[in-house]
Amino acid sequence: MNRINNLFHTKNERVLSIYFTAGYPKLEDTLGIMEAIEEAGADIIEIGIPYSDPIADGPTIQESNLIALENGMSMKMLFGQLKDMRSTIHIPVVLMGYLNPIIQFGVEEFCAKCKEVGVDGLILPDLPMQQFLDEYKEIFESHGLRNIFLISPQTSEKRIREIDLYSNGFIYMVSSHSITGAKSGITEEQISYFERVKAMDLKNPRLIGFGISDQETFQKASQYSHGAIIGSAFIKILGQTPENQKEAIVAYLKKVKN
Amino acid sequence: MNMVKPLIQVDEKGFYGKFGGAYIPEMLHPNIEELRENYESITASQSFQKEFKSLLKDFVGRPTPLYFASRLSEQYQAKIYLKREDLCHTGAHKVNNTVGQIILAKKLGKKRIIAETGAGQHGVATATVCALMGMDCTVYMGELDMARQKPNVERMRILGAKVVPATSGSKTLKDATNEAMRQWINNPVDTHYIIGSVVGPHPYPEMVARFQSVISEEIKWQLKSKEGTENPDIVMACVGGGSNAAGAFYHYYNLDQVRLIAVEAAGLGIHSGKSAATTALGTPGILHGSKTLLMQTEDGQVTEPHSISAGLDYPGIGPVHAHLFDTGRAEFLAVEDEDAMKAGIALSRTEGIIPAIETAHAIHALNMIEYKTDDIIVINLSGRGDKDLDTYIKWGGY
Repeated sequence: MNRINNLFHTKNERVLSIYFTAGYPKLEDTLGIMEAIEEAGADIIEIGIPYSDPIADGPTIQESNLIALENGMSMKMLFGQLKDMRSTIHIPVVLMGYLNPIIQFGVEEFCAKCKEVGVDGLILPDLPMQQFLDEYKEIFESHGLRNIFLISPQTSEKRIREIDLYSNGFIYMVSSHSITGAKSGITEEQISYFERVKAMDLKNPRLIGFGISDQETFQKASQYSHGAIIGSAFIKILGQTPENQKEAIVAYLKKVKN
Repeated sequence: MNMVKPLIQVDEKGFYGKFGGAYIPEMLHPNIEELRENYESITASQSFQKEFKSLLKDFVGRPTPLYFASRLSEQYQAKIYLKREDLCHTGAHKVNNTVGQIILAKKLGKKRIIAETGAGQHGVATATVCALMGMDCTVYMGELDMARQKPNVERMRILGAKVVPATSGSKTLKDATNEAMRQWINNPVDTHYIIGSVVGPHPYPEMVARFQSVISEEIKWQLKSKEGTENPDIVMACVGGGSNAAGAFYHYYNLDQVRLIAVEAAGLGIHSGKSAATTALGTPGILHGSKTLLMQTEDGQVTEPHSISAGLDYPGIGPVHAHLFDTGRAEFLAVEDEDAMKAGIALSRTEGIIPAIETAHAIHALNMIEYKTDDIIVINLSGRGDKDLDTYIKWGGY
């Protein structure tokens, strides 16, 4: 069974997913960060593939992408780093990235590498649903990769139903009209959107991301969904603690989960 | 009867052959859908057409002259016409598109406008129509470009627009476009994004080309009255993203007897590492929501272009141009900084017209093409050189 499906089979609340950018803050940090995330008890690891033009990301993640590229991170290097990850990492691993580097690497080869190293799913913000169905669905599925779709407060009910139909992992609920890291705290308006989607009784679990940064926002988001995703706030922690990275990660995530 | 499908045409999914489409984050899906569903019916409506034509005539100053450049013609032994887009209000063709999009935005009930700009020409054209319509306007501009193009920054501010520096990446046009897209994600409901070139997700490339197609529409009837034919032998235009070229080519796309020549910026030389010659250096990829030819590393990271003209300093090209290149329908040339500057000075002295440095690339290309004596050549004079005075002065070779 796919590790994402397996996770939600056994756990359907307070699922915590952590995003970081591969190659940030240091080129060789990838596996160490993953091990610390698992040790701290998070449930899913999202690894960002750095890209020169991340249009759905705010300043924090943009900066981490830029530094990772300057450090020399590449797709090839990332797969090299992840080669033996399954000897220490047991939780689901999702790659998040933009389409262009994947197309240049070769979609088929990319999927094969993902399968080989043990990646469970993909989040590709600039791959729209129709293109996914036309060109990518078959190849992702044949490599056991779950495609994770985003929805936002503007997504119509009809489209959410369609996305639910074509999803088989979880649905990534963007918490507000925003790019990553843009807003913090959760407003009444957002809660009514969370409730509206919750009431739709979708077949897929929902994780809420964008604007989740601490114990309070994680708890609140978890009340209306199966859990939440932290990205920018985690990147900030990594940026602030070049030393004792592992301890800092574990301390931060323990506090969030508390 | 079988209709022959025109070679150059956008399909219903927004593709020109292999290029185009709408590769956008889900957060922008409703905005792009709203545009796609409505722009054709709105722009075809009588009330839109009436307002658009009236503003193009009385506000922009259209039709722009199709000027027979007699001394240049004598020098090159051809009949050279200059389509004087430099005489448009605000100094370039850019305003044709912003007038169209601002009327569209109003009819869609939008309250705020955002735009990206490189050299500042599109930003000024956007700020201008926002002032005209009393709409709130924010223009994103690379921090580096803001320093390079100070007068245009101040023009936008005088017109009441807010100019926000894009501080990421190379701090130029590509990054300003990223920033405008991010801000559209942050403000999706009441805001319309006026893209300035034939780039971005479908329907932008086709929509912008249609607003600019007034250029070739006019060339046709103007040439008919001067030469007795609607069709020149050659149409030439410079290409960054490619909006002025799309406008000048539009009504000739499917007339094979008319040669289309697109002129890119070679910067310091195509293979110097400091170039913006996208068709020469690019490979298929995705940037700013469409699949097109793109300057990028093997790893799919977008590379920094270079051109002396900020308007050509873009690592991609509109998907329609990628298709024109791919099918061989248009010829693509690349002109170096130095040659463009010399051509700018030469045109100034031969015809009394100081062209934008972008346009000067197309002028120089006269030296690179083969043609018959007395061929009719139309060059789209996309903009005037006032904005480039600093660059001309620094270059100094006059």
